[in-house]
Amino acid sequence: MSEQSPGKGSGQLAGGGRMLAGWGRTAPTVATTRRVADGAAEVAELVRRAGPRGLVARGLGRSYGDPAQNAGGEVLLPLPTRIEHEPDGRPGTVRVSAGTSLHDLMAELLPRGRFVPVTPGTRYVTVGGCVACDVHGKSHHVAGSFGRHVVSLELVLADGSVHEVGPDRDPELFWATVGGMGLTGVITSAVLRTIPVESSWMTVTTTRHPDLDSVMEEMRTGDRDVTYSVAWIDTLARGRSLGRSVLTRGEHARRDELDTSAAARPLVAPGGARLRVPPGVPGGLVRPLTVRGFNEAWFRRAPRHRTGELQPLAAFFHPLDGVADWNRLYGPRGFVQYQCVVPDRAADTVALVVDRVARQGHASFLSVLKRFGPGDEAPLSFPMPGWTLALDLPARAGLAPLLDELDRLVAAVGGRVYLAKDARLDPARLPQMYPRLADFRSVRRRVDPTGVFRSDLARRLGL
Amino acid sequence: MINALGRPQTVLLLGGTSEIAQAVVAAWARTCRPLVVLAARPGPRRDAAAAHVESLGLEVEVVDFDAERTEEHPALIDAVSREHDIDVAIVAFGVLGDEEQAWQDHAAATRLARVNYTGAVSVGVCLADVMRRQGHGMIVALSSVAGERVRRSNFVYGSTKAGMDGFYLGLGEALRGSGAGVLVVRPGFVRTRMTAGRSPAPLSVTAEQVADAVVRGVARRDELIWVPAPLRGVMSGLRHVPRPLFRRLPL
Repeated sequence: MSEQSPGKGSGQLAGGGRMLAGWGRTAPTVATTRRVADGAAEVAELVRRAGPRGLVARGLGRSYGDPAQNAGGEVLLPLPTRIEHEPDGRPGTVRVSAGTSLHDLMAELLPRGRFVPVTPGTRYVTVGGCVACDVHGKSHHVAGSFGRHVVSLELVLADGSVHEVGPDRDPELFWATVGGMGLTGVITSAVLRTIPVESSWMTVTTTRHPDLDSVMEEMRTGDRDVTYSVAWIDTLARGRSLGRSVLTRGEHARRDELDTSAAARPLVAPGGARLRVPPGVPGGLVRPLTVRGFNEAWFRRAPRHRTGELQPLAAFFHPLDGVADWNRLYGPRGFVQYQCVVPDRAADTVALVVDRVARQGHASFLSVLKRFGPGDEAPLSFPMPGWTLALDLPARAGLAPLLDELDRLVAAVGGRVYLAKDARLDPARLPQMYPRLADFRSVRRRVDPTGVFRSDLARRLGL
Repeated sequence: MINALGRPQTVLLLGGTSEIAQAVVAAWARTCRPLVVLAARPGPRRDAAAAHVESLGLEVEVVDFDAERTEEHPALIDAVSREHDIDVAIVAFGVLGDEEQAWQDHAAATRLARVNYTGAVSVGVCLADVMRRQGHGMIVALSSVAGERVRRSNFVYGSTKAGMDGFYLGLGEALRGSGAGVLVVRPGFVRTRMTAGRSPAPLSVTAEQVADAVVRGVARRDELIWVPAPLRGVMSGLRHVPRPLFRRLPL
């Protein structure tokens, strides 16, 4: 089981309502939560009985903003973990309940020499959430996003009917559900393709880059030859050091690459969080000064160039999962993650964005830069070929106009922001960033004409 | 919805012709485009206020509202909430009256009480009901330092604000955990139409300063703010000044 209960940053209230917030803890609202014990039939019944403010499913509450909140309405808590290996005799696939976390799934897969096809920066996310957000990972440039690896989905629609959809079965509804932020129906289970691995270790190459140009050039030329690649940028560095970064690349280690201690336990599941932010820790530790110090130390600590370092899988993919509740370090006012993507031809915009943030002195802990490969057919899917940058920014005065300005820069070059991270986009900008929004809406009108599936995100952006 | 950085999408102005309410809307218009539901008595002042909101580039809906006709409030606020989530409601109506007339003229005194206190309680109850059902929202109650320690010079007005202030502080407590919140705003002397002709007290502010503080308070989900902020210290001192001394102060 995962160590983390659903809906961190939330609390049960008298009267059945429950305060729910996203991982950024910025805009909590109250909904009636429903725990689902079984499967699609029970979900279908809850969907049929949904009240006037509708319903949305929630996983582990790791979306930064409000897609898994439904103020005044109902929120379904994740279905229990269920994993079936090789359903229908198809090798390398699993059927999992939508509430299964990637943490639990890895624990099942790794001893069998398999791994999840795509993992975001935390494994405390559910499979249902991974589909609904069409998540991507450090391998997007070669593996694409999560939706590409889904064989089929079991989906409860607004009328309570249960459907099996896939790229070959009602593809229109399938792709609207991938990246659809839970608004086409409740995903109750998914069949996924997994990938083979020889070990639960990674061979990692780390290089330090003095500025943005250097790291982007390296990623532009070298990423195609590696499976996993990500750069961590110090967004507070200015001037000639603007965009200085540490590029980390990895491959699943082969058995013959393991040293003796790793070889003794080649296939182990990642453990739980070792640290927890104590309840008494004051909020607001994330300030420009502390972040500057941390980023400096972190940059200096990284080796200039090191190849072939063996790292446990969790350390490579999910360094922050080692500290439970790290979001609380941002204090009660929370934080916003700004993740945008710009096409290849607009690489300059990445530098513009980093420059704007550095100039304004908004403190972002180590920000993440990645190259995306081709996107998929999902109308609301975030990735497109190009560059994606993610910044964690404390919610404080002056942030709103800065992010509005970044939106303008990003939208002007045909880029967009990620809805799984968004908490503040101007709804008027959405159609520009997601030109296929109309396709999504038309599917939604077909399968949910009365708007049973609703969320705070949907209300806020008029999805 | 109020987004992560405190920007609302729908704002209900109860007492929509109030200069402070208008200034708050103007402050938001600089950063976002909320729909404004302007609730006030019909007439040229309301028309002018609606035109002002439109001139800010915002969409405006006008509804009939009279603070004294409390029996109409539940249906009115319910009707607004059926059309839109009320992200922020600003309780901005109030009358000041003539201080010396107020305590000697029965009609003037009871009108002050009806508008400033009874009317405020009436809409507060209705808004709380709506926001609990919504699971989110913020009620901004424009109180006054006059209610913090009631002075001889305007005690009828001050007493209505003291009552109103206490009601909304309590409402905020009662709504804790419901998703809805209450922000009580205690401005000092605000130089507006309502106070025209009176000589400004120390630490007086403009409607724009109050508006900026409200916008910031909503974004921070504050519960109580003073405008200007130093008033908090001043008033907490004045609150404890013994009565014989207090009456001699030039307040």
